[in-house]
Amino acid sequence: MDGHNFTLAGTQLVALGSGALWWPEERLFCVSDLHLGKSERIARRGGAVLPPYDTRDTLNRLAADLARTNAQIVVCLGDSFDDVGAAQALPEEERLWISRLQAGRRWVWIEGNHDPGPVSLGGTHLAELPLQPLTFRHIAHPLASGEISGHYHPKAEVRTRVKTISRPAFLADSDRVVLPSYGTYTGGLRSSDATLTSLMRPEAVAILTGRNVHAIPMPR
Amino acid sequence: MVILPDSFHDWFASKGWSIHPHQRALLRRADDPATLLIAPTGGGKTMAGFLPTLADIAQNPHDGLHTLYISPLKALAADIKRNLRTPVEELNLPIRIEDRTGDTSATRKKRQRADPPHILLTTPESLALLISYEDAPRMFAGLKRVVVDEIHALAESKRGDQLMLALARLQTLCPDLRRVGLSATVEDPDAIAHLLARHPDRCEILLADPGPPPEISMLKTKEKPPWSGGGAAYSVPAVLEQIHKHKTTLIFHNTRAQAEIYFHNLWLANDEGLAIGIHHGSLDRQRRERIEAAMVRGELRAIVCTGSLDLGIDWGDVDLVIQIGAPKNVKRLVQRIGRANHQYNAPSKALLVPANRFEVVECIAALEAVKAGDLDGEPRGSGPRDVLCQHILITACAGPFAADDLYREVTSAGAYSALSRVEFDDCLDFCATGGYALRAYDKWQRLLQRDDGVWQLRDPRSSQRIRMNLGTIQDADLLKVRLRRSRGGKPLGEIEESFAASLTPGDTFLIGGQIVRFEGVREMTVEVTRRADKKPKIATFSGTKFATSTQLSARILDIFAQESWPQLPGHTADWLALQRRVSRLPQQGRLLIESFPHDGREHTCVYGFAGRNAQQTLGLLLTKRLEELGLNPLGFVATDYATLIWGLDALTDAKPLFDLKALREGLEGWLAGNAVMKRSFRAVATIAGLIERNTPSTRKSGRQATFSSDILYDTLLKYDPDHLMMQITRTEALRGLVDFGRIEEMANRVGDRIDLVRLDGVTPLAAPLFLEMGKVPVKGAAEERLLAEEARALMLAAGIA
Repeated sequence: MDGHNFTLAGTQLVALGSGALWWPEERLFCVSDLHLGKSERIARRGGAVLPPYDTRDTLNRLAADLARTNAQIVVCLGDSFDDVGAAQALPEEERLWISRLQAGRRWVWIEGNHDPGPVSLGGTHLAELPLQPLTFRHIAHPLASGEISGHYHPKAEVRTRVKTISRPAFLADSDRVVLPSYGTYTGGLRSSDATLTSLMRPEAVAILTGRNVHAIPMPR
Repeated sequence: MVILPDSFHDWFASKGWSIHPHQRALLRRADDPATLLIAPTGGGKTMAGFLPTLADIAQNPHDGLHTLYISPLKALAADIKRNLRTPVEELNLPIRIEDRTGDTSATRKKRQRADPPHILLTTPESLALLISYEDAPRMFAGLKRVVVDEIHALAESKRGDQLMLALARLQTLCPDLRRVGLSATVEDPDAIAHLLARHPDRCEILLADPGPPPEISMLKTKEKPPWSGGGAAYSVPAVLEQIHKHKTTLIFHNTRAQAEIYFHNLWLANDEGLAIGIHHGSLDRQRRERIEAAMVRGELRAIVCTGSLDLGIDWGDVDLVIQIGAPKNVKRLVQRIGRANHQYNAPSKALLVPANRFEVVECIAALEAVKAGDLDGEPRGSGPRDVLCQHILITACAGPFAADDLYREVTSAGAYSALSRVEFDDCLDFCATGGYALRAYDKWQRLLQRDDGVWQLRDPRSSQRIRMNLGTIQDADLLKVRLRRSRGGKPLGEIEESFAASLTPGDTFLIGGQIVRFEGVREMTVEVTRRADKKPKIATFSGTKFATSTQLSARILDIFAQESWPQLPGHTADWLALQRRVSRLPQQGRLLIESFPHDGREHTCVYGFAGRNAQQTLGLLLTKRLEELGLNPLGFVATDYATLIWGLDALTDAKPLFDLKALREGLEGWLAGNAVMKRSFRAVATIAGLIERNTPSTRKSGRQATFSSDILYDTLLKYDPDHLMMQITRTEALRGLVDFGRIEEMANRVGDRIDLVRLDGVTPLAAPLFLEMGKVPVKGAAEERLLAEEARALMLAAGIA
């Protein structure tokens, strides 16, 4: 699998260019912050009527990744839906699509701050998923180790000799990995933000996503 | 027709003034539905616009709003208020005059709506906001006249389109409303008259005496202009000498960044301590107001400025205008020159200061054009639909409306007179539902059609969000700059977010003429200190970038073709001769391409002389071809004369690049994915209300919640490529930014007469291009290669690899 190989708690993991995390040994595929139904939520709240194709686009990319990895376990690290209403309002077509993706796989929805509690879709709903030696949860716990989380939508900036390039990025150190957001309509939080610099160890790396992945010392 | 009361004649006589013929003519035409007055600066244009109002109220006391005055600049509104006060006080007229702009306090604004003054001075954006309120009919009841000042400036932008839609609205509220437009000299008065009038009403054009021709020349300096650069620092001693010799000098610059650098340099050399100020749109309002006040009091000997002082503000005794940098556009130059000597029938005096040797040629070409009275301009197409979308939302904020009525009203605006009902309905559908092929959440649409057919907002609360996002001015994202203090230091101005992002603590930059040190960004504010221990980076302001007109470009090519250049200063003639020796000079009927390495990158410079927009498109098309040829282009920059492309590999054969058929075939598909389209989309979608720049929660939630407009563009391109926003983006790009017609024209003119010259380094003619702003990045294979290089180096340095 193309991507950046690294170890966490003795486990071989791969950060994929799409922003998903792959655990080859368990055939486990993990994404964070899908924010499905975001455009619906914004319209419902009286904001702009954004193009309603975000869910479709996110699922398209998810489907391609699942086909490529042939994952056995899928873990969605929370904020899978933009809110509980967005999960309920999901059009039938997209609901069925998710069911098709779930067929023949173990599927775990982790609770997020946007979508607390179980949503009305198949799969297991958990506050967090311990899978020795790793733990999957939405928001990083500062004292945890062997932890896989999301929530912050990290992105990192690199100043090259020609220009500054900014990409969604994984942040990884010896205790944890923070995944970038996978959803189409999502922005990012710079790795230099105090929240992230205080969470990550000094030797943390940022793994920039995109056509190829690039690991660099986490920009602070 | 309005008769001027005797008291007015006496007042004019007491001032030793006589009434100008065009002021008389406007009084005579006071009852015409629309009149356009074209007069030079200093011709009493504004007074001409207001005389019918003053005379009418003097004789027929009026309750409520009588005249609405609209100007493109807040400062102009404030200035007019000051100037009108004199006749109103001295003639003891029962007239209340107030201004209303983005700077007016909320309490005052509220009071103005409840109890409007007789004369309200405002801007297009503030007017758009006013007509969005439910009480607009009450506020504007009895309005008789509207005066649009500096209409030539508004006519060139979407601000003007928005204004004319607002006037159409006002005309419905007040059917007898009379319109007056005041304009500087323009090349096509009929086009402006068409915009101003209620379609299909006629609009008379009054031409005032243009006055004597200006005295204009190039500034003579001991120092030679540099080979490249936009700073014109070499001219500082000569300019100081001119300031010394004159009462008040206006020093115009084309960009804010250049104004900052020049101001800094002037002060370093200002041994006499002459009072010199700076004024541009990125400075903090209080600082600008202080400078304006000092100017009016006659305390300043010179003011370094940009387009923010372009328009007809009466800055007192200005007796010299200096233009630093090539004027880019003859019409604008003529208007700027008009700033000097605000007395009718006295020639204005102006000096041109080329910033580098290329601009010497440009300045000479401009001088020749001014002498020949050869003004330039490009016709604008019909009214942009993104502005119409915003207008529909504004109308909905004010209350329920019928589509038929609104369509009739909108097509009474000149720019929209050719708008078809289908086009209008598409815009309405976009405002109501988003207008997507996929109808996903129709129950949350923005506008609802009631059973009686009338449209209204689904959620009345959304009017607040719509109002927060009114306007058509597309500033880059700006961050406030403040001195770091315990409790919020002094505000200095604004810089672009992208520039702020390029700074690291300790970097220094210029703002308001002082060097400040970047300390950090806190809550959307850039914090700085006065510790200046490094050479300053220059704040980059995109601002308005002027495109050199095609007429000027042609004149420059003609100058290049000369055997020798007796009309140019020796240094510039030598420079052109050097370019001719080292490489070649571009000529009509041939295409010169230079290829050279510089600063670790390979460069290709294409001298197409096709105008900025076409050169920009050429840059996009060529980088696409270079990417296909595996030459790893990284980006390009375009001027009116040339496109400079940089990348990792050198171009050795130009022929495959200029296959016109391949270029044309490439245009459609590739146009979709490029940065210029995304930039156009961002502006269009913001104006049309798809992207909300301001939401009630923006400030608090910070950046994590927002996502880039590029994502919306990519999504629409993939799933709904014919969506209205994409149509408008394409139209705008083809008309404004793409201009493929001129590339074809150039390719046909040039044929296979392409000269590719390989050189060791930057050529004299290519050098100025390196300082151009508006560089367009190419996201291709090169970016991955750079990231890989940098990542390897960083990991090695950190000992992690």
